[in-house]
Amino acid sequence: MNKPETKSQRLVALCLLGALLFNYPILALFNRPTFFLGIPLVYAYIFAVWALLIALVGLVVERGGR
Amino acid sequence: MLQGWVVVLTSFAYLGLLFAIAYYADQRADRGRSVIASPYIYSLSLAVYATAWTFYGSVGRAASDGVGFLPIYIGPTLMIALWWIVMRKILRISKANRITSLADFIASRYGKSALLGGVVTLIAVIGILPYISLQLKAVSNSFTIIMQYPAIVMPATVGALPVLQDTALWMALILALFTILFGTRHLDVAEHHEGMVAAIAFESLVKLLAFLAVGIFVTFGIYGGFGDVFARVRADPGLAPMLTPLDGVAGSYASWAWLTILSMLAIMFLPRQFQVAVIENKDETHLKKAIWLFPLYMLAINVFVLPIAFGGRMHFAGGNVDADTFVLTLPMAEKQEWLALLVFIGGLSAATGMVIVETIALSTMVCNDLVMPVLLRLKRLRLAERPDLTGLLLAIRRGAIVAILLLGYLYFRLAGEAYALVSIGLISFAAVAQFAPAVFGGIFWKNGTRRGALAGLTAGFAVWLYTLLLPALARSDWLPRGFVEHGPFGIELLQPLALFGLAGLDQITHSMIWSMIANIGAYVLVSLLGAPSAEEHRQASVFVDVFHREGGGARFWRGIASVPDLHNVLARFIGAAAADDAVSEYARARGRHWPDDKIEADADFVHFVEVQLAGAIGGASARVMVASAVKEEALTLDEVREILDEASEVVIYSHKLEQKSHELEKATTELRAANERLQEVDRLKDDFMSTVTHELRTPLTSIRAFSAILLDDPNIDSAQLTRFVSIIAKEAERLTRLINQVLDLAKIESGSAEWCVTRVDVKEIVSDTLSRMSSVFKEKGIEVETQFPDRLPRVNADLDRLVQVLMNLLSNAVKFCQARNGRIALELSEGAGVVRVDIRDNGPGINPEDQTVIFQKFRQAGDTMTSKPQGTGLGLHISRQIVEHFGGKLWVESRRGEGACFSFTLPIDVASAEAQIA
Repeated sequence: MNKPETKSQRLVALCLLGALLFNYPILALFNRPTFFLGIPLVYAYIFAVWALLIALVGLVVERGGR
Repeated sequence: MLQGWVVVLTSFAYLGLLFAIAYYADQRADRGRSVIASPYIYSLSLAVYATAWTFYGSVGRAASDGVGFLPIYIGPTLMIALWWIVMRKILRISKANRITSLADFIASRYGKSALLGGVVTLIAVIGILPYISLQLKAVSNSFTIIMQYPAIVMPATVGALPVLQDTALWMALILALFTILFGTRHLDVAEHHEGMVAAIAFESLVKLLAFLAVGIFVTFGIYGGFGDVFARVRADPGLAPMLTPLDGVAGSYASWAWLTILSMLAIMFLPRQFQVAVIENKDETHLKKAIWLFPLYMLAINVFVLPIAFGGRMHFAGGNVDADTFVLTLPMAEKQEWLALLVFIGGLSAATGMVIVETIALSTMVCNDLVMPVLLRLKRLRLAERPDLTGLLLAIRRGAIVAILLLGYLYFRLAGEAYALVSIGLISFAAVAQFAPAVFGGIFWKNGTRRGALAGLTAGFAVWLYTLLLPALARSDWLPRGFVEHGPFGIELLQPLALFGLAGLDQITHSMIWSMIANIGAYVLVSLLGAPSAEEHRQASVFVDVFHREGGGARFWRGIASVPDLHNVLARFIGAAAADDAVSEYARARGRHWPDDKIEADADFVHFVEVQLAGAIGGASARVMVASAVKEEALTLDEVREILDEASEVVIYSHKLEQKSHELEKATTELRAANERLQEVDRLKDDFMSTVTHELRTPLTSIRAFSAILLDDPNIDSAQLTRFVSIIAKEAERLTRLINQVLDLAKIESGSAEWCVTRVDVKEIVSDTLSRMSSVFKEKGIEVETQFPDRLPRVNADLDRLVQVLMNLLSNAVKFCQARNGRIALELSEGAGVVRVDIRDNGPGINPEDQTVIFQKFRQAGDTMTSKPQGTGLGLHISRQIVEHFGGKLWVESRRGEGACFSFTLPIDVASAEAQIA
């Protein structure tokens, strides 16, 4: 398998992972009235996953040549 | 005090600055030094996605349902990860076909259909109107509010103003003028607006900074950080449910999912996104940075939405301040007038950025895909005969910009007041989502047809119109309310907000479900039921196989054309100078100098002109114009299909073939090498056999001959007898020696010889050998001179083999010495890490050409055929093999008539030499 194809497939995988984490039922698990470091859990979860996703996508797309 | 004139002046100064940036970027572009050819500028220009909706509306949405604003940004984050696959393909297609807009893209894909282009344009214009009205509403509201400073008064309570005093109208007109100056100062053949992109990138920075500033002020200035804000929210019974926002609304996960999908499509199909992402793209590789930088931008601009929203709810607990204005009213309530001004400018930049790009993109569509195709078809106007149409094109675009903004204003007056900002925007999102099936189908599915796309688009759009736009108008009392509440004519099943009884969903989800069913269903069904035309078939292949196909559509054309005719057509639409440049460029690429050299008006040239024209007036119109200038023979569907199938089969086949031939080539090379090795071995064996046989036969023959004489003649005299017997003995001895040497050589060469390597003293061995051979020297009367140093380092060698070498060289010397006064000089010395042995004779010497030959097997100096050979011809060869085995060298120096000197070296025993030998 050559490089560009691997990259495409990894990006698709990340997109699917994001779709999974940002939807019912995973999302519902975090919709509870608790706090994480002073932030309501569901907001903390959404922003954390979002940031993580961006970091992973950046890593995949920037690494390994053109 | 924040005076009204300060606000107005600052706004105009800001617009002036934008214009200066655009002007500078355009100047740079004209000089060929683009400022926007950077992945960072590209990413920032994509952030035109964040409009007044993001700037004011996100907070408004968050204040009412907590997380509802987020899917609008999470969707694009997910979608953009797929851009590496989808957008790269769209970019490749658009560059190859000089696509000028989304309508052009869809029209070109489905057989360059002018009708389809027109439909897409209409949907886009009507669909985007709410979105433009949203920007006007946001800016005029924020202007009205900031003008009331320090009082905080909502615009709705100010009361409806007469049209001429309405800021939104003036806003629309100023923006129209501004956009005209920006986007249509001149006609760019490639529809590139470098100045606009530079200004948009700058606006993206301004709105981000402004929003972060107000966010930081609210979070850390008014409150004590994020924790403080949320702690107060928890304490507030009215707000506490917001901490688990997904519980409340029925079906909120479904609406969350649908909003995500909707924004995934919007990021691709909003005309302005298509414009900045595709049309203004300078380099495909910019995608790499944009794929993570653009989501990062969206994350950054959303971090402070929640604190502002909750802060606003708590601050204006009375509920008389519209949540859509919290971004502005919070700093105003805190008497931060400069921050409020910054916020106003940020909102202005968000709105102007959207309006500028959107109207430019829409005006291009209206001109190329709606107005021009109609005008060109109207024979009465004789447009096709006018010498220069660039002025007309610009006028149409300018008119379109003004018309679109005024329509946006009209929608704002009709329906804008009743909805929050986000709800208005979502109506537009749902409209452009209707393009998704036609575009995605278009680039991945060859069987999608023009009729299918038309059916899908109109069906989807009709459902959108019925379930979203009409209810929006009805809500503002422009249509009877009963139509929404009880369905048309009282038919409950047809209620626009609960079509066929599908109730309990929010408006957008409801509309998306029905419109997508209608759209995708019609597209697929009609495509599968009908057959594509030749033109459609060919374009489908050009689009879907863009990565596998070079060249594009040229090979489908057949007919008669002339260069001057085509040049004229080109000149009319892009101007004479640009046409000359384009044709010269075309000629130069083929090694010609136009117009000195003639160029062929062949299929390539016709295709080239059509692509150039497409850049100015869109694919569908370009097709019409080119067709008017040439005599074209229509290809039948079967012919196109044949060319395509042939081509695609050939491509696949040739890929396979290439692979196979690579493998074959590799195998062949290996085989050839193996064969050569075999042949060489075979030849060596043959040579060896024949030489050995020959060498063996010579002594055997003499032995047989002399034994025969002895047998035949019993009375032979004793002297004679002694002589013959001694010859026989000598020959037998030679035969033995020869056989021994052949065996020896075979052993050495096959590597099976046994070596008994020890540390030996060369001096001792040489003396030993000399004394062993002393009888031979005496017999021949040869004088031996030796010259040994006092001490010599030891070497690693096999003692017997070394003796063999010495004996061989010495007997050679003896053999070739002068018959009388034979002299042999033997010298030992120490060189650079070696011990050197020289054996010099005073014989006839060796010809230079023979000096390499003598070391080969069975070769001797001189002509072996005429003179009797004086040895086996193996001695030197074996000697050299032995010396080389010990890591030394053996060579000869000689000149004819001056004797010969055989020398060899042996490495001195050090650790490295030891390793080499062992």
